[in-house]
Amino acid sequence: MQPTLRLNRRAFLQAALTAAAAAGAGVACSRNGSPWRFFTLDQARTLASMVDQIIPPDQDAGAVWAGVVNYIDRQLCGPYQALQETYRYGLGAVDQTSQSNYGKVFADLQSHQQIELLHRLEEGKAPSGAWKQLSSAEFFGYVVDHTMQGFYGDPRHGGNREGVSWKMLNLPYPPIRGRVRSDLSKPRSG
Amino acid sequence: MSLKHVNAVIVGSGAGGGVVAKELAEAGRSVVLLERGKWFTPFDERKDDLRNQRTCVLGNAFGPDERNPRVYVDASGHEHVISPTHGAYSNNAACVGGGTLSYGAMAWRFMERDFHLRSTYGAVDGSTLDDWPITYADLEPYYEKAEWEIGVSGDDSNNIFRAPRKRPLPMPPLPPTREHQILNPAARRLGLHPFDIPMLRNSVPYNVACEVDAKCGTHNTVIPKAIETGNCELRCECIVREILTSDSGRAAGVAYYDSDGRLQEQSADVVVVSCAAIESARLLLNSTSRLFPNGLGNRYDWVGRNLQGHAYTGAIGLFDHETYDDLGPGASIAVCDFNHGNLGFVSGGMLANEFIRLPYQFASRTAAGIPRWGAGHKDFVRRYYRSSISVMGPMQEMPVFDSRVQVDPKVKDHWGIPVARLSGHRHQNDLLGTNFMSAKAEAWLKEAGAATVIRSGPISLDGPSGGQHQAGTCRMGNDPKTSVVDKYCRVHEVDNLYVIDGSVHPNNGGFNPVLTIMAIAYYASANLVKTRKGMGAT
Repeated sequence: MQPTLRLNRRAFLQAALTAAAAAGAGVACSRNGSPWRFFTLDQARTLASMVDQIIPPDQDAGAVWAGVVNYIDRQLCGPYQALQETYRYGLGAVDQTSQSNYGKVFADLQSHQQIELLHRLEEGKAPSGAWKQLSSAEFFGYVVDHTMQGFYGDPRHGGNREGVSWKMLNLPYPPIRGRVRSDLSKPRSG
Repeated sequence: MSLKHVNAVIVGSGAGGGVVAKELAEAGRSVVLLERGKWFTPFDERKDDLRNQRTCVLGNAFGPDERNPRVYVDASGHEHVISPTHGAYSNNAACVGGGTLSYGAMAWRFMERDFHLRSTYGAVDGSTLDDWPITYADLEPYYEKAEWEIGVSGDDSNNIFRAPRKRPLPMPPLPPTREHQILNPAARRLGLHPFDIPMLRNSVPYNVACEVDAKCGTHNTVIPKAIETGNCELRCECIVREILTSDSGRAAGVAYYDSDGRLQEQSADVVVVSCAAIESARLLLNSTSRLFPNGLGNRYDWVGRNLQGHAYTGAIGLFDHETYDDLGPGASIAVCDFNHGNLGFVSGGMLANEFIRLPYQFASRTAAGIPRWGAGHKDFVRRYYRSSISVMGPMQEMPVFDSRVQVDPKVKDHWGIPVARLSGHRHQNDLLGTNFMSAKAEAWLKEAGAATVIRSGPISLDGPSGGQHQAGTCRMGNDPKTSVVDKYCRVHEVDNLYVIDGSVHPNNGGFNPVLTIMAIAYYASANLVKTRKGMGAT
């Protein structure tokens, strides 16, 4: 595990390809030229930079390593289908805001600039005309919530790779045992 | 081809309907039990941290699904068509067992005063608060029956506020959790009266229950017993469209769409509606005819009124040491010192430690003073996930006439049936009570040694209440002008139509309501069997 890794573009592309390959042919809403089910490469890169500020890597893995982008990509082709346009528009608006404020897309900003910009999005104070159809605070709220789901939720949903957040919290798997006469950690006989 | 006539058709197989099915079937009556959802078994592997009754961000593992929208009217009057995962939907599991399949399983008896709040506290402005037409003593034998037949563990002997019981609980409490051991001495130092929460969970071998033989609901106790009699047929994935009535104004049966989407008619001597407060009201309102143009039981416009649930409140304490153990269900200790007799507002509620918070639930909880994201948030989760205790409780809500279920004039579900439309607001008393209770939760946690305590913020009074504890929409009462059913759960204006679920509660206690729903179901069934010998045996 390389939890402190901050992904450059090349490594990120590799991670994206691996994740998509691992997911197999599950959900068919794939777009041309992208290994993701829903995102374009640029969208996924922007989102990855956002989620790694929401849950940054430190002594434990961050959101990107845990597969949060994969989690969100998968849900957008499932239960969160209705939010596809929100993500498409929101991620575009994040980069547009970043361009007009710093002259670079979000993923290429310095870490402290990214944090600064995310705070402004959260407070609805991003000075840009990019947020006409959707408030930046609402979009940021979705990303924060979905990041928490992808990082702290069960690995079966496509995030929390190798149960990394549960290991961080020193939780057994599954996180709650049965009790008294029933110990799920032991196979049941008969 | 018409279906074979039966003595009783019961709509809904949850806490109420499951009990009624067993009682009627054991008394020799022929019963058809209709359920809109499926019958899940432990082998269905539907445990899911993001798709369950408490955290349904990815859907509801036990239904209902997207084919079942509702309309929600917000405080400014805007209408929203919402799906079952929406917070305002007030979802309850749609499956055999209903909410009892996925509930926390606290098994509370209401207190004596909960049955005559109006006499105790007087009339309350802006509320339809009234006494029940029955007393605690009427229900006591049936509370006992529910505890012994479905299976309750716990020990409430230290609860000096409890209503008198003739028989102790059938099972001892589960061994105390770490949180219990921390909170128990603290409560005693404060002069409170802590005790082991009664739970519909096996602590010793009792009923055959879930996959670890732990939790009891109607799906794994009374419903299998009903079927074993040979007198009860359970039909799943059946969507009831309306209750059919005869020209003389009696219930004749129900029309429903079966699992293949075919319209069926099931005739019966007696119709029992047990769909929980929102869907029961919806079904009565959707059952219109020449004699009942406004729906069944609705001559005086009381069906769907007084929708209530519980206003939850409390506090979370952050400790310098670990408090966590991974022993479910987590909730184990409670006090009833604040259910009644508080100054400045009506009633109150019990306080208990919370069920185990799964990592996403903990991480997504926001409160003033906790960073919402970033390195600070991650540190917070890492530091306090295993070192925090949450004390919460359900405030007894004041019934509000304008908090209601209607049927929407435009929006229909997948089967073309008009959907429930929810509107209204909570009562000011709920805010006063929750503010008081969260302060008491804070004091308890501080006494227990929490370094920091974060109280729940003030509740919003916008929008109707409801949720899993939904109740009140078909009030029980003696006066047909101010209630929907009589003291035996029979609809005032239709002598062979019954509503048997939380809908009939005039008020909902400062407690999780399931054991009261079960007790009322036993009580109403006993009367039904006694007074309707004419239904005949099969």
